[in-house]
Amino acid sequence: MSYVIPKETCSGKVLSPDFGKGSKAVKIGGENALPFHSFDGAIPNKPVIAYEIQDIFPDDWPDTVKNQFSSVSDNAVKWAEYCQNELKAQAIALRLSGTHPDRGDRSPQDAAKTVKDVLAAIEVPLIILGSNHMEKDAAVLVAASEAASGYNCIIGKAQEGNYKTIVAAALAHNHKLIAMSELDINLAKQLNILITQMGFDKERLLTDPMCSALGYGIEYTYSVMERIRLAALMQNDATMQPPILGDVGMYVWKVKETVATEAEMSEWGAVAERGITWEAVTATSMLIAGANLLIMRHPKAVETVNKVVEELV
Amino acid sequence: MALSGVEIFKLLPKTNCKKCGFPTCLAFAMALAQGKVELAKCPDVSEESKKLLGAASAPPIRMFPLGTGDKAAKVGGENVLFRHDKKFINPSVFAINIKDTLSNDELTKKVEEVITSEIDRVGQKLRVDAISIEFASGNAQQYESAVKLISEKAPNTIIILNCKDASAADAAVKIVAARKPLLYCATEENAEAMANIAKTHKVPLGVYADGLAALSSLTEKIKGIGVEDLVIDSGAKNAKGILELNTQVRRSALKKSFKPLGYPIINFVLREDPVLEACIASVAVAKYGSIVVLNSIEKWKNLALFTIRQNIYTDPQVPMQVEQKVYKIGEATENSPLLITTNFSLTYFIVAGEVENSKVPTWLAIMDCEGLSVLTAWAAGKFTAGKIAQFIKESGVENQVKNKELIIPGMVAILSGSVEDKLEGWKVTVGPREANAIPTFLKTRSA
Repeated sequence: MSYVIPKETCSGKVLSPDFGKGSKAVKIGGENALPFHSFDGAIPNKPVIAYEIQDIFPDDWPDTVKNQFSSVSDNAVKWAEYCQNELKAQAIALRLSGTHPDRGDRSPQDAAKTVKDVLAAIEVPLIILGSNHMEKDAAVLVAASEAASGYNCIIGKAQEGNYKTIVAAALAHNHKLIAMSELDINLAKQLNILITQMGFDKERLLTDPMCSALGYGIEYTYSVMERIRLAALMQNDATMQPPILGDVGMYVWKVKETVATEAEMSEWGAVAERGITWEAVTATSMLIAGANLLIMRHPKAVETVNKVVEELV
Repeated sequence: MALSGVEIFKLLPKTNCKKCGFPTCLAFAMALAQGKVELAKCPDVSEESKKLLGAASAPPIRMFPLGTGDKAAKVGGENVLFRHDKKFINPSVFAINIKDTLSNDELTKKVEEVITSEIDRVGQKLRVDAISIEFASGNAQQYESAVKLISEKAPNTIIILNCKDASAADAAVKIVAARKPLLYCATEENAEAMANIAKTHKVPLGVYADGLAALSSLTEKIKGIGVEDLVIDSGAKNAKGILELNTQVRRSALKKSFKPLGYPIINFVLREDPVLEACIASVAVAKYGSIVVLNSIEKWKNLALFTIRQNIYTDPQVPMQVEQKVYKIGEATENSPLLITTNFSLTYFIVAGEVENSKVPTWLAIMDCEGLSVLTAWAAGKFTAGKIAQFIKESGVENQVKNKELIIPGMVAILSGSVEDKLEGWKVTVGPREANAIPTFLKTRSA
C-alpha cells in the first residue's frame, strides 16, 4: 500500500473583509480550507490579534495584566498609542466599558469623543466595542459609528436583542459589524440572516459565536467555531462564511486561574505565568478551531500567539 | 475497510443454528457490522473467515495500553476527526523528556516534579503521565543507570525509553520490560534490531521516519517482523507540521482505512520557552497527538495543559458535572448569603467565579440535576420546588446559616413561592438572571 496525501477540497470559502484604511488596513479570512490546512487549499490571510484597551481605568483586570499598562491605562489615547507604537499592535480594540450603567454610565456623546480622540492618535485599524449592555450598547454604538465615520472600523457587538439600530449605524457609516450570539451554531446563523435581511452585506460581517476561557466552556466555543467553519467550507453555507472573532481576553482575565495568587493556590504555581499561559492557550485553541481575529490583553500572550501563528502558516 | 452486514453474512456458516443467541446468521451479521457483538459468539465460523473478518473488524486506529497498574494509559482507538461528532476517547499522554546526562540529584528532582504533578480538577485526577528518558550521553552504562534510578523513584509512571541505539535500548528494556514501557524508536537504520527487542520483551514500539510515505513503509516492515503495538512519529516538530501531518494520519486511517498509519501518534514539542511550548502542545492535544512530549512541566503550565486536554476530550453529549454539596466561597460565616444553582460544571464555574469576583463570602449550594443548566433542569423537572426543598433540608445547611434565606437563580423566579411553601421557615429571594450581575447583587445586599 503506498501513501497518498488525503487532501480534501472545499466548495465554500470564508469571506475576507478588510478594516482600517491606508497602508495599515488589514484583511482577514479568505481561506477555502480548514484552519491552517494549507495542504488542502489556499489560506491568503493570517489571523490578526487586536490589543484590547478601555475607555476607563481597568480596575477589574487582575494585576498580572493591569500592571502591563499602568503608565497609560488612565487614558484611552495614551493606551492606544502605547499599543501601536511600543507593542506594534496590528489592530486595537477599544472597549467602551465606562458606558455600562454599573461602570460609570458614560454617555454616548462621551464615548463618541473617546472614539474620535483614539482614531486621531493611531494609524492601525480600530475595533469599537460596547460594554455588553443590550440597551446602552444600542445608543453608544450608534454614536461611536458616527464618530468613526470614514475609518472603516469594526463595530460590535450586535446581538439578537439590539441588532437593528447597530446594523443601521454600521450601514450608514460604512463599518464592518460583529454579530454575536451565545454558543449555538443555529443562533449564529439566524442572526447573520436577520442582519443581511436588513440590507447589510454579508461580506462586511464577522461572527462572534461567544468566546469562553480555557476550563470554562472552551470546548463549546471550540466545537461551535469548528462547526461554523465546516458549514461554510464543506456545505458552502453562505450564511456561515463571515470570518470568526474570538474575544479572548475578557473571558480569560476573570477566571480564578488567572487571578488566584500562588499563596492561595500553591499547587497552581506562579500567578503571572499562569495567567499569560491561560490567555495564550485559550487563543491558540480558538485559532485552531477557526478564529480569524482575536482580541487579547497581555503583551507576552500576544507575542507568543503571534509566534504560534508564524509557525502555523 | 469495515464490511457491511451482507458482506459479513457471506462469510458465516449460514446454518441459522442460533448458538450465537441470534435467530439467524443474517441477524448476527448485522449486529457484527454495528460492533454490537463479537465474532467469537459464533462457534462454527471457519478459520479463513475468522482471519478475513478479524482484519476487517480491527479498529481503524490501533489501541493498546502504555504502562501497567492504575496509572497505565490507553492510546489510540480514535474514531472521529472532530470532537462534536463523537467523543475523543483516550486523552493525550503528557510526558516530560529527561536526558540521561543529568546528575543523580537533577534526575531525582525532575522525577519529583512528575510525581507531585497530580491535580484534581472537576473530580478528575490529572497528572504528567510519562517520563521520556533520552539517551543523550552516548554511554550505555550511564543510560542504564538513569533508567534504573528513574524507574525506582517513579514506580508507577509510564516510561518511554527514548533511545535509538539498539544495544543500549536492549539493556534498558530489560530493567523495565514488565512495566510496558514505550521503546522509542525504530528508524530506517535500526528497524530490525529495535523491532526484535520490542518483540522479545512484548513492549510497544515507537516508529520514526521523516514524512508519512517513509513512515508508512516502515510500519509495514515492522509489522512484518511481528510488532503491532506501534506509536508513530512523522518527524513533525513545529505547529504546522504537527497540525498537518497529524491530520493527514488521522484522515488516512479513518477515511481511507489506510492501515500503515492506523496507529497512535507521538509528538515531541520540546521548546525552551515554556509558554510557547504550552501553546504548541495544545495544538498537538486538539489535533490528534496521543503522546505529547514536553521539555518542562512547571505547575502553571501543567494546569493549562491538563485543562485543555480535559476540555478537548470531554464527551460532547454528556455535560460535565460537579459534586452536589454546599460550597464555601471565601470566609463564609453564619451571616453569609446562601445561593443555589445546578451542578452543570459550566454553571458552577461561572457562578462560583462571579461570587469570588464579588469578594462577598458566600455559601453556594450546588444541586445534582444530572449536569443540566438551570433553565434546562427546570424544564426537565429536575430543578423543582420539591426537589430544591428536599436538597436544602438534607444538606444540613440550615445549621450553617443564621438567616434562613435562600437565593434562587432569576431564571427560575417562578419557583420562589412554591419553594417557600415547601421550605418551612425559609425566605426565598430571587437572584439575578445572569451570573455577571451576581457581584453587584451581592455587594448591594452586603452594603
